[in-house]
Amino acid sequence: MEHYLSIIVKAVFIENLALSFFLGMCTFLAVSKKVDTALGLGIAVVIVQVITIPANNLIYTYLLKPGALTWAGYPTADLSFLGLISYIGVIAAMVQILEMILDKFFPSLYNALGIFLPLITVNCAILGGSLFMIEKDYNFGESVAYGVGSGLGWALAIAALAGIREKLDYSDVPEGLRGLGMTFMTVGLMAIVFMAFAGIKL
Amino acid sequence: MKVKELLFNPIIKNNPIALQILGICSALAVTVQLKNVFIMCGAVTLVTAFSSFSVSLIRNYIPNSIRIIVQMTVIASMVIIADQFMKAYLFESEKAMAVYVGLIITNCIVMGRTEGFAMKNGPIASFLDGIGNGLGYSFVLLIVGFFRELLGSGTILGIEVFTLTKNGGWYPANGLMLLPPSAFFIIGFIIWVIRTYDKSQLEEH
Repeated sequence: MEHYLSIIVKAVFIENLALSFFLGMCTFLAVSKKVDTALGLGIAVVIVQVITIPANNLIYTYLLKPGALTWAGYPTADLSFLGLISYIGVIAAMVQILEMILDKFFPSLYNALGIFLPLITVNCAILGGSLFMIEKDYNFGESVAYGVGSGLGWALAIAALAGIREKLDYSDVPEGLRGLGMTFMTVGLMAIVFMAFAGIKL
Repeated sequence: MKVKELLFNPIIKNNPIALQILGICSALAVTVQLKNVFIMCGAVTLVTAFSSFSVSLIRNYIPNSIRIIVQMTVIASMVIIADQFMKAYLFESEKAMAVYVGLIITNCIVMGRTEGFAMKNGPIASFLDGIGNGLGYSFVLLIVGFFRELLGSGTILGIEVFTLTKNGGWYPANGLMLLPPSAFFIIGFIIWVIRTYDKSQLEEH
């Protein structure tokens, strides 16, 4: 249990996808004007991460890894070069399925998430999460924990940035920096703050 | 559409990073060394150009409801080719960039151009548009990479320009420039400069 907890904490703070690895930056900068929408997107990312990372873990372990096809009688097959295309396919399919399920059974949540759900397919935090999971060689249980942690970390970061940007509306920013420029500076400062966690070993 | 416009508009007037907010993730992660920047820019430009070209070729046969998945498949195939090529010939750099090569798939520049331009235009125009946007992306990345390597380690492309204090020279290396957040500040300043020069890009409150 402790092991899983430390994976989650590590993924939220020390290896935060948004502020330490800069993944999902496009949506991170574009959809962080209001706290409400930022939170909605954050929740959607958590849900998708928790589903896709373990799903990709299973695909990698039982289909793609060198020697993974032993159960089918091909012990020497190595399909790992098909990784990227499989992961993105899984992500696109999962997002589509999730959209249909939410539409049918949880219409209120579906309406709250709106356009963000399909957009998540091209959010690099999702694909990045799966790639990091492969790189770190997590097993199934660890990949579930990593999915929870990385999703939460991203949600936390975007909610915090949205909060700061709402306050920034009241400040007098130089003309050319207004909007996107100032957002970059803010994220830079936030990233420096998050680097304070970097020394923690779990 | 003129060739010149397609190629050079995305560099300053409609820069993918500074104005369209596309493809920022990799812009920050790979810019510590100028050499990696060149490789990354080459990969992104070629992937964008060839994906746009291929999607444009089949654009009339793609059913609208599954176009995202079709585009994703085309892009993913191109990235796999690029990735395998780099593994074969540029192994060290491929290792240094780790997951970011794979992440070209979700680099919104590629997706944004296939969806926004190639679905509506012919293959040649789409190819040029892809090259142009790749150049715009490279323009910002090269500036960021240049300053980060020069100020952070006193070198350009690995050649010593400022002699560091630890080697008996005069320049104390700026450690902040080696850390990722510095890329945000540099891009912020680039946006500031571009928008001071081109007022039409200013944002209202």
